[in-house]
Amino acid sequence: MSFISIQNLTKSWGEAPAVNDMSFDVAAGEFLALLGPSGCGKSTTLMMLAGLENPTDGQIHFNQKNVTDLAPGKRKISMVFQSYALFPHLSVKENILFGLKARHVDPAERNKRLSEVLELVDLGAHMDKKPGQLSGGQCQRVALARAIVSHAPICLMDEPLSNLDAKLRNEMRSEIRSLQKKLGLTVIYVTHDQIEAMSMADRVALLNKGCIEQIGRPEELYDQPATDFVAGFIGHPPMNLIPDEETILGIRPEHIRLDESEGISSKVVNCDYHGANTLISTKFCGHILNFMIQGHRQYPAGHTLKLNWDRGQAHYFSRTTGQRMADITQNHFMNEGLN
Amino acid sequence: MLGKGILPFFDIHMKNKQYIQAWLLLLPALILLAGFTHIPTIKTIWRSFFSLGENTDIGFVWDNYEFLIIDDVLWQVLGNSFWYLVITVPASIVIALAMAMWINRHMPGRSLLRLSYFTPTVLPMISVANIWLFFYSPEIGLLNSILGLFGHEGYNWLGDPDLALYSVMAMTIWKEAGFFMIFYLAALLGIRPDLYQAARVEGSSEANIFFRITLPLLMPTTLFILVNAILNAFKMVDHLFILTKGGPNNASNLLLYYIYENAFSFFETSYAAALTVLLLAILVILAVMQFGVLERRIHYR
Repeated sequence: MSFISIQNLTKSWGEAPAVNDMSFDVAAGEFLALLGPSGCGKSTTLMMLAGLENPTDGQIHFNQKNVTDLAPGKRKISMVFQSYALFPHLSVKENILFGLKARHVDPAERNKRLSEVLELVDLGAHMDKKPGQLSGGQCQRVALARAIVSHAPICLMDEPLSNLDAKLRNEMRSEIRSLQKKLGLTVIYVTHDQIEAMSMADRVALLNKGCIEQIGRPEELYDQPATDFVAGFIGHPPMNLIPDEETILGIRPEHIRLDESEGISSKVVNCDYHGANTLISTKFCGHILNFMIQGHRQYPAGHTLKLNWDRGQAHYFSRTTGQRMADITQNHFMNEGLN
Repeated sequence: MLGKGILPFFDIHMKNKQYIQAWLLLLPALILLAGFTHIPTIKTIWRSFFSLGENTDIGFVWDNYEFLIIDDVLWQVLGNSFWYLVITVPASIVIALAMAMWINRHMPGRSLLRLSYFTPTVLPMISVANIWLFFYSPEIGLLNSILGLFGHEGYNWLGDPDLALYSVMAMTIWKEAGFFMIFYLAALLGIRPDLYQAARVEGSSEANIFFRITLPLLMPTTLFILVNAILNAFKMVDHLFILTKGGPNNASNLLLYYIYENAFSFFETSYAAALTVLLLAILVILAVMQFGVLERRIHYR
């Protein structure tokens, strides 16, 4: 059995289940991201792992031990909250030591661990300040320190970076990742930000409506999306999904190129300049097709562009089930769709 | 303009028009404050030094203050006020907090419970005192009737000098606790639930959560309630008019009621003025203690 094993986990509050029969495993030292849109059940899943919500059904095992009905404090976990959940009346030092004091760890050990984590998160100078006197990034570090100091092998993180500005978020991303590797933590990380999930996680579980749509390495989700939902969620801008009677064609904006000789024609709808590249929307088969071109390009609306892509980069999904279809050898759309 | 000192009105650069406008805006508050607070205070202090009994033009005298020291009744009244304060304030605060913690959870009938705890506060003191008069009355009273069921002959709750003050205290606590509970309830609702979640993940026990998180975060509310409770302990007299009239033999007499008696029953207005100055001094000392000492130890969000 894996280090963390979740079996048939279900949570419902009367109506439709928030988490529906979810099962997955996490290896020791692995960084798993639970990714999904709001309301997909990712936070509820994390709350159940933490013991802060009781599952309606299913089992949770940490390190071969059934913890499904165990109190949060006895699960050997630490947690980082979206709003940091720092105790506003306690100093940075007291915040970090809170758990150790509650668990009656002896003072010498406490101080040893305190100085270790203060160095790890670089907060030594702010030890005696209250959370209200710290910046968002510093608060985030205190929350991390509080999680690390417990020496719990499992760390649960609930959108820890969503309250930071873009620059800090980038810094903290690599900081959290390197801390996790250095300490060998097993992290389950909830986020709605695919960039966080893709860049930090060893594996990503993409959730939708309380179920796992796909779980795998980031490049698996990107290269071989299992369903049209995954295809439409992963990637920025999202994959173009063009349905016909039976299948859905998926093609990523970054894989479309201009091809004057063999390309198919489509009419420009809009051009969006992003700096390094330009996002161009065109009309294709009655659907909007987005793609990227490097540099600054401006075309008038209605201008005809010839587009092409490599066959290997097209994805096909069943129109009825949304499931990925085995690679179609004939490029259906190229031959029929345009006529 | 901001950096030019604490008294912007006297800023020479300020235009005349603004100057007048500022004073006009302050005028309503100034009239009310001066008319009902400052002038009466000054006049009371003046009268306590420059009058004796009903005589007002006798020059400076110490007599009113000398009488304070030798007045045995005053010392008894001060003792009563002290015990009244020391017992009713902590008791009503602890009960208020307990009720608020009890109500602040999801359970059926929560709003009904809140309402019933709050009812004593809504009722006027005079009606409350009359209700409790019925509880306490020796022959037909509710308390003695209940005691009678167990074969006990009952107590003379308000007539017994050893019991009268405590009976008055019990009613005060009953009335005050519901009012303070509302403040605690509001403060409890303001504490973010993720703090409790974090504490639980950190392995904190319920008692530890209460003493290390809930109680410190409620401290600003507690200070506010404490100030109010202490002021109320000195301010409340209505119930004495109905229940005991300070009796028997001043056993339940409180400072403010004693001032009233001196001023309007014995017509010792100058002595009443000296007593008022004493009350004022006590309140000032208490206020300084509360805000000076406690405030430094309290975390404000």
